[in-house]
Amino acid sequence: MKTTDDLEFAATGGARHAPSAEAECRLRGLLEQGLPLVPRPWRTLAEQAGMAEDQVMACVRRWQADGMIKRLGLVVKHRRLGIQANAMVVWNVPDERVAEVGRRLAHETAVTLCYRRPRRLPDWPYNLFCMIHGARRERVEAELAAIVERLGLGDLEHRVLFSTHAYRQCGGRYVREGAA
Amino acid sequence: MHCQAPNSQDPTHQARKLDALDRRLVDSYQRGLPVCTRPFHTIAERLGSSEDEVISRLERLQDMGVLSRVGPVFDHARAGASLLAAVAVPEAERDAFAELINAAPGVNHNYAREHDFNLWFVMTAPDEPELEARLDALEALLGVPILRLPMLEGYHIDLSFPIPWAELERA
Repeated sequence: MKTTDDLEFAATGGARHAPSAEAECRLRGLLEQGLPLVPRPWRTLAEQAGMAEDQVMACVRRWQADGMIKRLGLVVKHRRLGIQANAMVVWNVPDERVAEVGRRLAHETAVTLCYRRPRRLPDWPYNLFCMIHGARRERVEAELAAIVERLGLGDLEHRVLFSTHAYRQCGGRYVREGAA
Repeated sequence: MHCQAPNSQDPTHQARKLDALDRRLVDSYQRGLPVCTRPFHTIAERLGSSEDEVISRLERLQDMGVLSRVGPVFDHARAGASLLAAVAVPEAERDAFAELINAAPGVNHNYAREHDFNLWFVMTAPDEPELEARLDALEALLGVPILRLPMLEGYHIDLSFPIPWAELERA
């Protein structure tokens, strides 16, 4: 006699063994394009990846738990909402201070990303990057001035690189062509 | 797939077209989309709406270009290799260079910025050797050196933040 689970597997073409690495790779490629907007998106993905629905959900939960997936939800294109000012602020911070300054900047609500990167002398002396977004340029500039004041960063050489045009704004595609 | 250059003609004031339910969706679910059999049903219950309504709202937001997708954001460092890159090109030829960069495999995010290094993009690849190969090939094609700035440490690497709706209304 067939159980509901068996029927479920028959429906999704799944099998009662762990998903193959290939199937997981296909799933990742599919996920990079976003969830299908249907009542049971995991089932649709399962059919496309050659897995069972519960295996897809288990896989996603595992990737969330191990940090491979940072967040899962609506990926907003801020520009289309009118969040037009996008400033990349780059700082030249003495190496012994960079981690501390980075962590303090990251705590500011206006700061949406904060990374340490290598200097490339002589062209590029900056080793700390953060992003500040806002509806308008003046607002972002005021925000930055307040941060510099609050954190006492006035002594650090920094530059503000506003973006003037977005040629492309989209999610990463890491899976090899043909894998998905 | 949803990966075109954004329409630069009409990026503003989309916020005004979003009603209270749209905004609650954006505010509540930039993270924490439920991993259950019927996630949109669960969301609908929490927001006092229906599954159909939530799905059609998400479709509309995607069509408007307000959402690039509903799904996971992978950790770049763990999901493959990626790197922030920049080139300094003559301002008059910037569009042409940007087009070449966009056509290269693995490029996401490509912005013009106010600096001598005036084009900034993110190059991605399945692994480090492939990333280097892609950058070398692009460098040869462009004929200008590519500034390569891999992430060494991330202090805050999650681009989800509260949308300033009120400020957008005034903009």
